[in-house]
Amino acid sequence: MKTTNSGSGDVRLTGISKTYGSFAAVQPLDLTVPQGSFFALLGASGCGKTTTLRMIAGLEEPSSGTVHLGDQDVTALPPYKRPVNTVFQSYALFPHLDIFENVAFGLRRRGIKSVKKQVEDMLELVQLGEQARKKPHQLSGGQQQRVAVARALINTPKVLLLDEPLGALDLKLRRQMQLELKRIQTEVGITFVHVTHDQEEAMTMADTVAVMNAGRVEQLGSPTDLYENPNTTFVANFLGTSNLIEAEVDTKSGDDIVLKAGGGKLVLPESRCSAPTTAGGKVLVGVRPEKISLTHADAAGEIPEGRNRITGRIANSSFIGVSTQYVIDTSVCPEFEVYAQNIDRDARLAPGAEVVLHWSPAHTFGLDAAQDIDAGIQEEAAL
Amino acid sequence: MPFVNWLKRHFVVIAGLLTLAYLLLPNVVVTVFSFNKPKGRFNYQWQQFSTDAWKDPCGVAGLCGSLSLSLQIAVWATIGATALGTMIAFALVRYRFRARGAVNSLIFLPMAMPEVVMAASLLTLFLNLGAQLGFWTILIAHIMFCLSFVVTAVKARVMSMDPRLEQAAQDLYAGPAQTFLRVTLPIAAPGIAAGALLAFALSFDDFIITNFNAGSTVTFPMFVWGSAQRGTPVQINVIGTAMFLIAVLFVLTSMVIGNRRNKQKASS
Repeated sequence: MKTTNSGSGDVRLTGISKTYGSFAAVQPLDLTVPQGSFFALLGASGCGKTTTLRMIAGLEEPSSGTVHLGDQDVTALPPYKRPVNTVFQSYALFPHLDIFENVAFGLRRRGIKSVKKQVEDMLELVQLGEQARKKPHQLSGGQQQRVAVARALINTPKVLLLDEPLGALDLKLRRQMQLELKRIQTEVGITFVHVTHDQEEAMTMADTVAVMNAGRVEQLGSPTDLYENPNTTFVANFLGTSNLIEAEVDTKSGDDIVLKAGGGKLVLPESRCSAPTTAGGKVLVGVRPEKISLTHADAAGEIPEGRNRITGRIANSSFIGVSTQYVIDTSVCPEFEVYAQNIDRDARLAPGAEVVLHWSPAHTFGLDAAQDIDAGIQEEAAL
Repeated sequence: MPFVNWLKRHFVVIAGLLTLAYLLLPNVVVTVFSFNKPKGRFNYQWQQFSTDAWKDPCGVAGLCGSLSLSLQIAVWATIGATALGTMIAFALVRYRFRARGAVNSLIFLPMAMPEVVMAASLLTLFLNLGAQLGFWTILIAHIMFCLSFVVTAVKARVMSMDPRLEQAAQDLYAGPAQTFLRVTLPIAAPGIAAGALLAFALSFDDFIITNFNAGSTVTFPMFVWGSAQRGTPVQINVIGTAMFLIAVLFVLTSMVIGNRRNKQKASS
């Protein structure tokens, strides 16, 4: 990744918004994409991520705000004058031109006469040298996708925009292309802005992910940061799965907050709580399913001190090879999810068994209780 | 039983050949009778082989004049209807405006309306306007009824066109003019060509509307109809055969060119 001239090639969106009639597709937002980074806009369909991307490309005119590429204000420039190229959803390859001419299109429009060498090199990069004289419809989906990337990259844009570029591919090919795109990005060092609804895709490929919901950026950060420290219930539920419990603030001791939930006590580090905490106030306590350990109630004494614990009964368990997923009926939440690695399987952990769930307070996070506890779940289920 | 089996196996081919024969037999009759040497004025009975008519296709007074007029009208009507129809088709597909649905169905009306009715109404209109019947009234009428067909043909093509293709062109540094010339037009071309061919064929052999609005001008179909009352010169068959052959040649050439292009592509 190139870090030279940091700041001079950043994509900066300032107060940018888009409304269609009375519908606000994108709420005024500020966003900076650092030069040379792989940036993902992640969200469910209709969240405004594609509109945001199209405003960077110039294909959509913002209702307010500005778009800067480096020091240049490009807000008023039409798409054909912006140093930005797009890989479209379903590729939009020109059906009447062969692969070579598709890739050469941008160079020719800029009046470059000898394009042969460049086009051939680019086709080599995406491993399509043999297919130069074929028409797009003669290629497979994966090959078309690579042509679309080549057609955009050959112009060495300041920013490459990718609009759900892998959506039309089957799962195996998608995994392969994710790595391929990541490799190309590292090789050419161009800023990539990638729009996707697939949280795994965003986390695998991007350095920075902006999670969007209802025209707003909910949270921005590295994949690990977003996953470990979600700031909103939407992010907690949309990225992976979270168990969220409503709890009441009891006392504060040092850097920790002690909470009351369903008769028990839970400890939450204050630094991991994004909500205001006043004694007697409510917060949502969250914990990821894979951070939780399950111990049979008979062996509860073996659980080390200082861990958060909740008791319950196993309602359901499904074995999926590397792990077993349990659904546990607890006093605080009837559907507590726990993923246990299949290292040493305790035969007593079967549906109906009384268990103790316990986890390290460091893996607990706190959210504002004023939010919809189920935000972002629907979208996750639809994937 | 082997015959029944044979029939079963080749039924599709036989049906196809019979349909082709049904389509082409009239053309064969026209061609054969273009080499006839009729006794009297009517060319309805085979007498003897002769190439007289082929040697002198314009030998009948007024025939070649009417043919040239028909060709001129067909060419201008094609150009007019194709240009206007293409623009209408793009407007109907690309833009959302008030009464778009109404315009969409109004465009279809001329196709559904009985030709005689349209012809009579046009004549009324022209007479009321005090227009001189002739070349221009025929041309206006032809462009009018060809339009619907062109719009339908082009619209189908434009509708199936992904608007992202034009966005992609713009994204790749093509300005509006370049985008239209390099992407929009080439992709819409088959639809436009189909519309133009249809317009040419419709205009060239239109009789009813032309007959009402021609005044004293005589187009080729009118000439044929008029002469059929008094006797049919062999030259009419000659012109008919020649047009058929030209059309066949046209199709064959374009097929050969297309094949050669594909082969070149495949080998390079």
